[in-house]
Amino acid sequence: VRMKSRIPVILLACGSFNPVTNMHMRLFELARDHLHQTGQYQVIEGIMSPVNDNYGKKGLVSARHRIAMAKLALKTSDWIRVDPWESEQETWTETVKVLRHHYNESLRLLQSKKEFMENKHPKERSTGDSLSCQHPVLPELKLLCGADFLQTFKTPNLWKEEDIKEIVEKFGLVCISRAGSDPSQYIKESDLLSQYQHNIFLVKEWIQNEISATQIRSALCRGLSVKYLLPDSVISYIAQHNIYTEESERKNEGDLLQPLKVHSPAGTPLRD
Amino acid sequence: DPDRKTEVVLLACGSFNPITNMHLRLFELAKDYFHETGKYKVIKGIISPVGDAYKKKGLISANHRVTMAKLATKNSDWVEVDDWESSQSEWLETLKVLRYHHQKLLPPDATNSLEDAVPLTKLGRKRKQEPNRHEPVKKKNQSPDIKSVPQVKLLCGSDMLESFGIPNLWKLEDITEIVEKHGLVCISRAGNNAQKFIYESDVLWRHKNNIHLVEEWITNDISSTKIRRALRRGQSIRYLVPDVVRAYIEKNNLYSPESEDTNAGVLLAPFQKHASDSKN
Repeated sequence: VRMKSRIPVILLACGSFNPVTNMHMRLFELARDHLHQTGQYQVIEGIMSPVNDNYGKKGLVSARHRIAMAKLALKTSDWIRVDPWESEQETWTETVKVLRHHYNESLRLLQSKKEFMENKHPKERSTGDSLSCQHPVLPELKLLCGADFLQTFKTPNLWKEEDIKEIVEKFGLVCISRAGSDPSQYIKESDLLSQYQHNIFLVKEWIQNEISATQIRSALCRGLSVKYLLPDSVISYIAQHNIYTEESERKNEGDLLQPLKVHSPAGTPLRD
Repeated sequence: DPDRKTEVVLLACGSFNPITNMHLRLFELAKDYFHETGKYKVIKGIISPVGDAYKKKGLISANHRVTMAKLATKNSDWVEVDDWESSQSEWLETLKVLRYHHQKLLPPDATNSLEDAVPLTKLGRKRKQEPNRHEPVKKKNQSPDIKSVPQVKLLCGSDMLESFGIPNLWKLEDITEIVEKHGLVCISRAGNNAQKFIYESDVLWRHKNNIHLVEEWITNDISSTKIRRALRRGQSIRYLVPDVVRAYIEKNNLYSPESEDTNAGVLLAPFQKHASDSKN
């Protein structure tokens, strides 16, 4: 199967990235390898989208820093980039809206590329990449996540049912899980996810590399080394700006996550 | 003297085929551990790749392995690579490598110069007075201050510790000298068998004060075997090894199904040695 006739895919990862770690970047690499090895897809781009400060998660440091760190981490990558759109919105934005935004952006880009090529070579049929062909294949945008993310669909009031449906139906999920855990079980237990399981790609990570950002922050607060778990440039940045401290860890303490606030039925007391 | 901390040098022996972020993490974890005790100061880390004569399956040339390790530690200010072991023509027991590095750290002959008569290290403390030039110079073998010679400790994962149990792989007297005279720093995942293994071994139990178990809470199981497997399958190893190492591997096309077949069917050097020793 020629690369040209493969479906172009853009991978979008939403999360706190507080801070970005080698594990986050591994997710992209694993997803790309997996999709390529199906023979049907060509991953053309990876986007890291750090969540808005308004998300209200405990210990979430300013988006300015989280974006800067992600940029440093991705400096050596030729296909993954960080996008600040989500973090620049007035308030927290549902994941499905972020997906829609980036999908529309990719279409817009495709359209302007097409127009550019047509203006340049009005009669020539381009033999270049599929995106500049007369009839380009529309890219698919898929949400990249870990298995724990999939499990959060179960948390009451965290997600809107119709959002989950749109995510798996219109976009698709690429879900990375570690050896020993079985997300397919969880999919079977959910009617909605079962219906769209053809659009949920499960990728197993055999090389365990569970670098949780929470553990990283904890190590940093204790003055322990995190070298080789995050890029050196990110570690320097953190030290330079003294980002993670006991104080930063207390931010939003006791607050409810924004999605829980937004989705709760009015007047119903919510538990954390 | 509360300022006098024991100086420690961490020595990691292994194939490093190739070196990974996990290997490098071992050093960081061990260093943090020792510093938190308040009694030790880690002054150096040494990566000593095994020689080609080890004859392990899939082991590529020591030149490459040493080069990759050097690239990986280029921006470390305390971990370095030593190629003495790998440049020997025959395989060397780990104990010999430990002894060699310990020897290297001993102060030079005290009769050579006055400066050498002064103990090498007194951390966190300024010298209050100059050595008295009229006092007889101390000879090296006269009551050396143990604290002033750094201790070389073998840094490893629980797999190496448990390999002590593999018949004919290690000599019992070597294991004894390692834990008695030098010491072991063993990094393992929370919930591992290292403690049990030590309990079940008389010699390890006897010297358990010189065996430091460090728990790694961040699961980081980046084995070289898996790296080589990923490379054979055309899969990405980014963010599992330092980028310079990944680039070097790619440029030199180091790992393939052919390279994995190196030494296939050949007996590992320690086993070979044991077999020929027992014939004598």
